This record gives sequence, C-alpha cells and structure tokens, in this order.
Amino acid sequence: MAAIIEATDLIVSRGGREVVHVPRIDIEEGETLALLGPNGAGKSTLVFALASLLPASGELRFRGEVVRDHVAYRRRIAVAFQRPLLLDRSVLDNVALGLELRGVPRLERERRAQEALTRIGVGNLGRRPAWALSGGEAQRVSIARSLAVRPEVLFLDEPFGGLDAPTRESAIADLGNAVRVDGLTTVLVTHDRDEALSLADRVAVLIDGRVRQADRAEIVFAMPADPDVAAFVGVENILPARVASSDDELTHLELGQRVLEVTATAPPGEEFPLVGIPPDDVIIARVAPATSARNTFEGRIVRVEPIGRRVRVVLDCGFPLVAHVTHRSARELGLHAGDDIVASFKATVPHLLPRHRRN
Amino acid sequence: MDLILQGLGEAASRLVSLDPDVREATSAALAVSGIATALSVATGVPAGAWLGLSRFRGRKLLLSLVNTGMGLPPVVVGLFVAVLVWRSGPFGGLDWYCTRQAMVAAQYLLAAPTVVGLTAIAIQAIDPMLHLQLSALGATRIQMLGILVREARLPILTAAMAGFGAVISEIGASLMVGCNIKGDTRILTTAIALDTSKGEFGSAFALAFILLLLVFAVNAVTTWAQQRRRPL
Repeated sequence: MAAIIEATDLIVSRGGREVVHVPRIDIEEGETLALLGPNGAGKSTLVFALASLLPASGELRFRGEVVRDHVAYRRRIAVAFQRPLLLDRSVLDNVALGLELRGVPRLERERRAQEALTRIGVGNLGRRPAWALSGGEAQRVSIARSLAVRPEVLFLDEPFGGLDAPTRESAIADLGNAVRVDGLTTVLVTHDRDEALSLADRVAVLIDGRVRQADRAEIVFAMPADPDVAAFVGVENILPARVASSDDELTHLELGQRVLEVTATAPPGEEFPLVGIPPDDVIIARVAPATSARNTFEGRIVRVEPIGRRVRVVLDCGFPLVAHVTHRSARELGLHAGDDIVASFKATVPHLLPRHRRN
Repeated sequence: MDLILQGLGEAASRLVSLDPDVREATSAALAVSGIATALSVATGVPAGAWLGLSRFRGRKLLLSLVNTGMGLPPVVVGLFVAVLVWRSGPFGGLDWYCTRQAMVAAQYLLAAPTVVGLTAIAIQAIDPMLHLQLSALGATRIQMLGILVREARLPILTAAMAGFGAVISEIGASLMVGCNIKGDTRILTTAIALDTSKGEFGSAFALAFILLLLVFAVNAVTTWAQQRRRPL
C-alpha cells in the first residue's frame, strides 16, 4: 500500500513546550489507523496537525505532494470531532454543509447528505432540527457530515467518547461498515483499546506526544514495545526478571525465587528485561491442571474485584500476578481473597521488554 | 391630576384621528433611526464579526474603544457631528446641517459601536471548536465568517435592536444637528421635548405613547430572540 499522508518531523508546540513531536508517521491508503493513548497524550493534537488545522512545524505530504494550500487539502479530507458541533439548522442542512462549502448544487448535496445519513443508520432524521437530537443521534449526524463529502481520508477524534455503551457499540458497528464498504482511509483517535481492536488495521500508541509504537493491532497488543505501551494496552503484569539461561526453544527467567519458561527472547544485551504477561492469558484453577502450559505456580488470592464485564484477580505467586476471568468463572470457582489457587500460562504468552525505553 | 387626565384624553384623540404632527414625527423618527440602524448593521456586523474572530496586536485596545463608544453621550456626538457639518466645518460643503442626513450620521455614530461590540461578543461566544470544525469542512475565512454570523444571528439581532433602541430614544444629538424643523427633522423625542416646553401635554403624551410602543416592540423582539432554544 502507498502512503496517502506522510508527515515528517511534525512538531506542535504550546507555550514553548513540544506537545507533539513525531519524527515520522505514514498513513497508508485504505487502512484504518488507530491513534491510541492515555488522556493528554496529544492524540487529538496530532490529528489536528495531520488535518492541517493547527500550526505545526515539519513537512506534511498528501499523495506525495507537500501540503501548501490548506483549504484545498482540507476539502479532500474530513474530520469528525469529539462533540457533534452541529449548526442551528436542520439535520440535512448540517450534513450537507461540507458540500455547500464546496459549491455543490442544492439538489445534489441534499441527495448525498441523505445517502450519508442512511449509511450511518439515521436516514429518518433529515428533516429534524439539529437541536432536537439525542447525543448519540447528533454524533452519528456529525459522522454522516464527514462521510457526505466523500473524503479521501477520514479523521475521527474520539467520536464515540460521550456515548453510553450500547449506543456506542452500535455506532461503532455502523461506522465500521461504512468505512469497510468504501475502503476509506481512516485515522481514529481513541483511548479505548476495544474500539481500536474492533476498527483498526494498525495502531499507533502515543504517550507524552511521542509515537512509542506503530504496528499491526495484534502485534502492539501482544508485543508492546516498552513498559508504558504495555501498561496502556492492558498488560498489567510487567515484572522485572533476570535471564537465567536460554536455549533454542526457551528462555528461562528468574522472578524472585520462581523461574518462568518463555519462548520470547530477551532484547539484545538485556540481562534484566521486563516480562509482560497479559492478564487475560493467565488461567486460574483450584488444583494444578494437566495441560501443556509450561508455567504453573501455586499462590494465594490477594484481592478479587469486578471490572466491567470481567473480574480482576490479584494473586501472590511468589511474585505479583493479575488474572482476568469472567464473572461466571469467578462464581463457579468461588474465588475469594485468601484462597489458595494455581495460576498457569503458556510459554508463548509472556513478552519480554527492555527495562528502559529506547529512543 | 386633571392636567394628566386631560393630556391622556387628548393623546387618545390625536392617536385615533392620526394627527398629522404625530404622524410626521413618527415617520421621521422611524426613517432616521431605521436608516441609521441599517447602516450600523451593514457595517457593524462584519466589523464586529471580524473583531470577534481575529487575533492581532491592539485588538483589546480596539475592543475597549468600541465598548467606550457604546456609552457615548448623545450630546457629545451631536456636538462632534455639528462641528463637522457646520457651514465652515470639514464637511460643510455637504450642506447637511439641520437635515435628516446629519441626524442619520449622528445616530449612526451612536448605534454602530453597540452593534460592533455586541456582534464581537456574540461571535466570541460561539464554541471555538466550531471554528475548527468549519475549517475541517473546508471553509474559507469568508465562508466561516458568514456561517458564524448566521449562527449568531439571534444575538446579532439583539445587537441591532439594542442599536435601534438607543437611537430611537435619544434626543441630544438629533436636536443639535437636526434643529427640530417641523415636518422634516422633528422626530418623536424632539417633538415631545418641544410640546412639553410649550405645555401641550396632549400631543406630548401621544408621542410618548408611540415612543413607548416602539421601545416595547424592540424589547419584545429582543426577548423572543434571547429565549429561543439554543442549538447543540
């Protein structure tokens, strides 16, 4: 795939401080790139800079050409913001606004606006005044407004942030369909890992204004590049280890008095790496199971706490370990603090990280 | 008390019979203040929108001057315009002294700062993210200005009404530059002052009633605009 947008040495400063500094970021044609990161990481700022909405230093290229005429560039892309930002007009007029600015005749822009509303699942709202919409409807209308101009790149700045869970899931599904049908190049800002996983081909993790890792979604989630990325993508178990030995198949790691067997290899020259174990991959049992898992540890439950649709179980196995299980599993196993349990995970699960971030 | 009742009775009869003096003063007031307000809106709304949207050195000073202009004493404006259009003044050649044109000029200077200042406030009150959204939709600066003015149309209508309200009720400037000529530059306020000074309370009451009606209408429109449902 060819890069549709290439940004080099992109720097956005505020009050003399660099809030975003990205040496290089490419957006490939037809991909959905999720910009993932904690609040305040600079995700929206980076999107605004890529959309040429903020003064930024560096070079921005669109289809190989340096962006000089910013209005002309913006007319080939679209941005949907966190808030719907609708005008005091009818829904149809709002959705047609981008087309109106491009001088598209009224009949044509109304037809395209109606088409965009239908695609995003709110085709019945066209004649309503914008102020009469619910939050979820308004956000869909805002996305329809972006789709109506048939952008070559669609930027979405946490467009589902303020919605309740069911509305959000259905809006994400509708957007996902609309994007996939057209093969539309999309840049999605989110701090929601599930949203990134369900929509993105590629994920760029932004922390403190820097892209720490950009790769295919499954790689970023399975093999985070550094401890901050690992912590953000949900690898709660990031433990200091020492490489005891390694052979062709396995690396043996010492964690206190315990030894882990892992298939991952330590970063070159790293004798004391960090080992990341995703909590979803830790299996809890009352008795040691006869499985192929290379790592099985007896331990004790320190804490059991529900987190949304899962239960977080904090264990002491001679080293701290967190496991995520379903509510049903927690109920059936009767998990309580103080209980003795057995935790296991496969040798392929742990991922080894450098102890210190490398720039 | 008798004097008041007598005056009110005469006012009623003058209003019912569409007294020519009352009619002339009303139409002159509406013409002068209407044109002055229209000119203030035509120039003040773009200027206010630009002032509300732009960021440049000296902008705060300019806004302070505009705000000061909103409280200009009419007699000071009257004096200023009178000197300008006086036969030997810089615009003496226009021969505007004691004409409606001079009254329009004076009232324009009174209304314009109000329109500019309130328009700037109305534009500034719009969510700054909407500016960004319009840019993202590909709006040029002129297009954005037009959309924001349309979006702020209700507060801008309030600005126009405030401007009209200020000039329809003023007397100082109009008296000084219009000379209160019957059938020409005599407007509601100057006619009320003259009739009161002559003890013709019936006529003064009739004119005052019309003036109050106009002020009420302006406030009714303004209240309606302010109470309208806000967009998202």
